[in-house]
Amino acid sequence: MLRLDRVSKVYRVGSFGRERLHAVRDVGFEVRSGQVVALIGESGSGKSTIGKMVLGLTSITGGAITFEGTDVAGLRGHRAHKEYYRRVQGVFQDPFSSFNPVFPADRVFALIRAEYFPEVGEAEWRRRIEESLRVVRLDPAQVLGKYPHQLSGGQLQRILIARALLLDIRLLVADEVISMLDASTRIDVLNLLADLKARGMGILFVTHDLSLGNYVSDTAVILRRGAIAESGPADRVFTNPLHPYTRRLLSSVPRLHRTWAQADAELPADDGGCPVHGRAGAGDGSATLVEVEAGHFVGCAGDGEGGPCRPDPRA
Amino acid sequence: MSGVSLEVSDLTVHYRTLRGDVHALEGVGFTMADGEIMGLVGESGSGKSTLGKSLIRMDSRMRHVRGTVRLDGEELPIGDQAAMTPFRYHRVSLIPQYSMSALNPTRRIGRMIDELLESRGVRPASVRAELLRRLDLVGLSGQVLRRYPIELSGGMKQRVVMVLSTLLDPSLLIADEVTSALDVSTQRAVAQTLVEFRDRGYLAGMIFVSHDISLVNQIADTIMVMYAGKPVEKGTAEAVVNGPRHPYTRMLISSLPEVGVTHAERRLEGIPGSPPGLLDPPRGCRFRERCPLAFDKCDQEPPFVEVDRGHWAACWKAG
Repeated sequence: MLRLDRVSKVYRVGSFGRERLHAVRDVGFEVRSGQVVALIGESGSGKSTIGKMVLGLTSITGGAITFEGTDVAGLRGHRAHKEYYRRVQGVFQDPFSSFNPVFPADRVFALIRAEYFPEVGEAEWRRRIEESLRVVRLDPAQVLGKYPHQLSGGQLQRILIARALLLDIRLLVADEVISMLDASTRIDVLNLLADLKARGMGILFVTHDLSLGNYVSDTAVILRRGAIAESGPADRVFTNPLHPYTRRLLSSVPRLHRTWAQADAELPADDGGCPVHGRAGAGDGSATLVEVEAGHFVGCAGDGEGGPCRPDPRA
Repeated sequence: MSGVSLEVSDLTVHYRTLRGDVHALEGVGFTMADGEIMGLVGESGSGKSTLGKSLIRMDSRMRHVRGTVRLDGEELPIGDQAAMTPFRYHRVSLIPQYSMSALNPTRRIGRMIDELLESRGVRPASVRAELLRRLDLVGLSGQVLRRYPIELSGGMKQRVVMVLSTLLDPSLLIADEVTSALDVSTQRAVAQTLVEFRDRGYLAGMIFVSHDISLVNQIADTIMVMYAGKPVEKGTAEAVVNGPRHPYTRMLISSLPEVGVTHAERRLEGIPGSPPGLLDPPRGCRFRERCPLAFDKCDQEPPFVEVDRGHWAACWKAG
């Protein structure tokens, strides 16, 4: 459904934009319908840039993003974009900044109607809103007509998802949608994503939190400095991490029933080699991914900027 | 751990607003032993940051209604801004939320530290050697003093802030969400550094405020859980995580997705409802509305009592 093929993004930085910053380098993966792909990375890994490119909010420097066969970068004009957004929508980290505090929160529904469904009658539209609120497990009586400050972050986030559901969306880009929510409500939003997946929606779930990436995802893509370090079926990536970076992330994420020392001890032994080039370590990080088991890809341990994948033994 | 070093009893703090007083902290009482790292967890609005602030500096909106705080046997004049001054930074130190993003961008780190020390009546030269030694301990060279904040990464800034706030070996450090803006690997390094500071005697006790109970459990000796302005449970980290007594703690822990738990195998459930407004808080137990165990008696306030050795809970059914 959604396919990224060697996608790159280069920003011009520095004075007069003379320097180049490779925010995303040769990233490729696929999101199928009924599938959740977790895009996991730390700050600066390029995960949000990828989300923005998929949503057409920022241009693509190299490679191609195709959605159901259509090139996303090739969309021209208001009409083409509007049709694209009928099928692909995004929800972002801070639910409070997505609403205008001056208006009731349900104004986001009215905007969808004005833009996409001006022909739909009042009663019918009301029915559709109530139905999509029910899908996100909100009680229409409790949220309609309320102002953003009267609702919790979890409720606002679910209203934004309900708004997306009013359109016939096939793909949802969820960028850190639960990072700002409290522990007792974030699981509800995660469960909602699982329900949407069961209805056949494809979800690109962008997150920095590994424990959240594991709960609903089918596929995990671990990004490091703009490139894929490791990708594959989520359960394989989490139980058999092969890239040193993935291993470090997994050993650092705080877990309730494991101390950090226990987590270190439980990781499969590291032979100290690069997953691609072995102990000899001749790679410079630019090599493409290697398939180590069915669907499980891993990249070179080098830093991707010419640094070797093994520490210099003389150093 | 030896005798009690921090004793908070019946601490009640309200925020003044145009619509009335927000009962942000109500009758908070707990003790901390010497050398104890207490993790303070709760959701947004539970009062955890307010508690941290109350122990060092109330801002103009905050009103100390009643209650006392004793540190090493001496009462802290928390309601009196001027009388608190000698205690601040010397005896009680705070790393506020987002402080690493609040470093003055126009000052080199070294000059900013000197100015801060002088404002607290400390001659910078007298602690210079110790400052360099501690920077070295956290993996920063003395060169960092000549840098501007923009030249440092988040983890480096947070380490500078930690060294600075503990330079005078305070009796109590309050660390408010110090790792929440950091990446996981940096978060681990920063949290473990704070434990090392305690082990080396750079701080006698610490309140580690965080919304993440899994993180708190990694470094804390004890955990206190707050809900709607009141502590609902306190005990050793092991007891709170593995044998929680309060229904809120139990539901909170069972709602956490962990690495290895997947939706397909086990669907976790959140806690229905939301915390009560604190402008006019309900009588009795504040968790009652969301609690599956609630019964008639819950309209009376459950006391925060010791249900097991060193394990307190505020629930009629926790006994």
